[in-house]
Amino acid sequence: MRTIIFRTIAPYLAALMVLFSIFVLLRGHNEPGGGFIGGLIAASAFAIYGIACGVAAVRRAITLHPMTISAWGLFIAGLSGLPSLFLKQPFMTSQWWYVHAFGVEIPLSTPLFFDIGVYLVVVGSISSIALALEERESD
Amino acid sequence: MPLFGPEATFFAVLAPFAAAIVAPALTRAMGHNAAWPLALVPAAVFVFFAGLVPQVAGGESFTPGIAWAPAYGVSFSFFIDGLSTMFALLISGIGTFIILYAGGYLKGHAHQGRFFSFLFLFMGAMLGLVLGNDLLTLFVFWELTSITSFLLIGFDHLRAASRRAAIQALVITGGGGLSLLAGFLVIMSVTGEASMSQVLAGGDVLREHALYPLILLLVLGGAFTKSAQFPFHFWLPNAMEAPTPVSAFLHSATMVKAGVYLLMRMHPVLGDTALWTTILPVFGGATLIVGTLLAVRQTDLKLMLAYTTVASLGLLVMLTGTSWEKAIEGAALYLLAHSLFKGALFMVAGTIDHEAGTRDVTRLGGLRGAMPVTFVAACLAALSMSGLPPFVGFIAKEYLYAGIWGDGGIYYALTATAVIGNALMLVIAAAVALKPFLGAKVETPKHAHEGPLLLFAGPVALSLTGLATALLAHSTGVYLIQPVITSITGVQSTVDVHLVPGYVGAPLILSGLTVLLGIVLYLKLDALRAAMAGTLAAIGWGPDKGFDQAIAGLVRFSAAVTHRLQSGRMDIYMTLTFLVAAIALLAPPLLTNSYPAALEMPDFRFYEWGVLVIAAVGLIAVLTARTRLTAIVSLGIQGFAVALIFMLFGAPDLSFTQFMVETLSVVILALVMTRLNLQPRDHRPKGYRVVHGLIATALGVGFAMLLIRVTQLTFDRSLSDFFEAYSRTIAHGRNIVNVILVDFRGFDTFGEIAVVMITGLCVLALIRVRPKRAAEGALDKASGDEALSKREEVQV
Repeated sequence: MRTIIFRTIAPYLAALMVLFSIFVLLRGHNEPGGGFIGGLIAASAFAIYGIACGVAAVRRAITLHPMTISAWGLFIAGLSGLPSLFLKQPFMTSQWWYVHAFGVEIPLSTPLFFDIGVYLVVVGSISSIALALEERESD
Repeated sequence: MPLFGPEATFFAVLAPFAAAIVAPALTRAMGHNAAWPLALVPAAVFVFFAGLVPQVAGGESFTPGIAWAPAYGVSFSFFIDGLSTMFALLISGIGTFIILYAGGYLKGHAHQGRFFSFLFLFMGAMLGLVLGNDLLTLFVFWELTSITSFLLIGFDHLRAASRRAAIQALVITGGGGLSLLAGFLVIMSVTGEASMSQVLAGGDVLREHALYPLILLLVLGGAFTKSAQFPFHFWLPNAMEAPTPVSAFLHSATMVKAGVYLLMRMHPVLGDTALWTTILPVFGGATLIVGTLLAVRQTDLKLMLAYTTVASLGLLVMLTGTSWEKAIEGAALYLLAHSLFKGALFMVAGTIDHEAGTRDVTRLGGLRGAMPVTFVAACLAALSMSGLPPFVGFIAKEYLYAGIWGDGGIYYALTATAVIGNALMLVIAAAVALKPFLGAKVETPKHAHEGPLLLFAGPVALSLTGLATALLAHSTGVYLIQPVITSITGVQSTVDVHLVPGYVGAPLILSGLTVLLGIVLYLKLDALRAAMAGTLAAIGWGPDKGFDQAIAGLVRFSAAVTHRLQSGRMDIYMTLTFLVAAIALLAPPLLTNSYPAALEMPDFRFYEWGVLVIAAVGLIAVLTARTRLTAIVSLGIQGFAVALIFMLFGAPDLSFTQFMVETLSVVILALVMTRLNLQPRDHRPKGYRVVHGLIATALGVGFAMLLIRVTQLTFDRSLSDFFEAYSRTIAHGRNIVNVILVDFRGFDTFGEIAVVMITGLCVLALIRVRPKRAAEGALDKASGDEALSKREEVQV
């Protein structure tokens, strides 16, 4: 499968897909999308990059072990439930803050961080499986 | 919560657990001398409960506590009355000296800190058991004592005998605990009460209920196993594999007395029925005789003591089983006496072992010069055990004879049992306390000399207490025994305990007879031992052997079942799973004859037809594919068509996810296939194909019918309306699916992503395992599929 065309295109394709996955993640609250789909797209990006350029290249690119990414995701998702406790509300009650920066209003919320957590868990888990399978293919 | 008074009981129970956490660090810092500060913890607990004695003796009882799981009516509450105070005093008082003793006994042991920790955990569990008011709390502590005793008995875990003894104790007492739990649950459903104090206030409710026999048998199942009644007695002597401090603590006043405690505790509501006064005396009496006879057989000091513990427990059960107030007076006194002298004697046996290097009574002798303090302590304790004045053991025996002596067959039988048992007990007491110390000096493996203060403090203190409680008999009666009897009988009672018998009557004569018989038997000890050894060898089988056979049988049985169910063959697992799913889907409509109504043919547009055709083409391609890779990709075609359908009918999120899942499924399945080096072609024989095809069709039809049926039900819009109304206003999001996932039902999603991550870890672990056989490799694929289906589930 490692044709020259595929190997040339794959990095750009993967980069675009990761960018697109973040876009899908962030728009999820109002438009179709969200952390889960975003995570799946990013995982496919890593899978494609791995098939084209080898697993070692992917592992170098993402620095952290995919399972570590997954664990951070779960951690962030868990943390996002805590702020409400300080306001004497039940665990995971959503909190919203409206931040003004660069002349626009950016809505930040705990569900956003929760969704980022979901994204990271899905990316990490699926790409760790896919990479492990690809890796064994080449040795 | 206050620090003094009954309300502070919570801290008293918590204290040993806290000490268990501190103990290892303290031992690392101070060595064996950590025993001194650590012993302050149970000492403080002892002082706390001693402070409650005047109130309790005045007839008061307390039920301090906090709500634990109010939804189920479970609270964390304590019940403090005469009985529980007596037990708490014994546990903490003897515990104090056990901690000191453990400091000397395991001096220099690499894991002494761990040992302290286990002891404290056990102590806390035991305190919780005797103080627990809520039935479920009581049960939790009951099992906690089983678990911590498992740790203690198996402390020397490198020896196979220790491990076996620990497992045996856990299986027997833990299994009995389950019986007790069942008994408690029946009691709770019969009385509607969840706490001991409420149940005890219920009077005759339990006794008159139709389920009374069941309740009694279940409770006895717990009590008899814990208190080592025949034929469950064998775990207790085997538990002597534990270091001696454990034996001295568990088998004098605590662990094994838990069953007796329970019987005494439940006596007001379960006792005094025909069933009670039959089962308990019979089993108790049998245990007494069997225990003493087996004790005579032994030459190991600890084993001799262990079997007499079995016997003493039998005696206590027998006395409690009569339900006569006089006999219960004897039981309460004997409970106190036994805890004191048995704790002391076990520690003496341990000290002899520690200093002389052997516990074999035939290899010991003439140690009195080398170990004078231990000798005195041993004598004092042995005199109490023999039931000689002026010790509390003597008073106990006087009262119990007075309690069971009377005119009639049953009285004679009980009295004869007690006299023989007590006489044999005297024989053992003499053998343990006199034999190693008197006579000519025998060469021992180690050069014997007196142990340090840590070792003799316990035996001396406990045996002196045995003397003091007898000399101060009146106070003992008023402050300890009378409240206990009030608890056991359930009515306020008065008892006048005195050391000097008021009259020369049956009890005194029986005592004399016991001593006489004991002395005669002691002189014939060697002959008696040989006779018992011969008899046992002739029988050849015992419950201990039976236990091994039962366990071996269980292992064989489970191996056979596992072999059947876990064939290790992927295709069998998959076939079974799908078959069961198909049956689950098809059986209800077939059995209840509720088929979905026929569908009307909807008016499809041309592009909708197009999507259906794509799906059908995908399916046909799967069925006719020559190679497996083609089949996998063709399955993807069908999946994409379904995603398109979602898209056309207004579920963009679902469709989006379906696309991604299908893509990744195909990629991962293809990777798995190459990974496993599967043959490109499917070589299933025709018969298999037909069977698999039938199962697949059944599953498909079942699912289709289920979905059609679901859509034909009236749709409850309340949830959809709720989300439509509030998604924007409360959660600030227009994408309802996403809002549900991350906000309204975020907690579910949280659980699901945890599952995703754990599944990922498992799959990774499976892939990393180098496949030794093809069957193991097949597991990778199974988990990969499972992981994908989990992901689908998260979104759907």
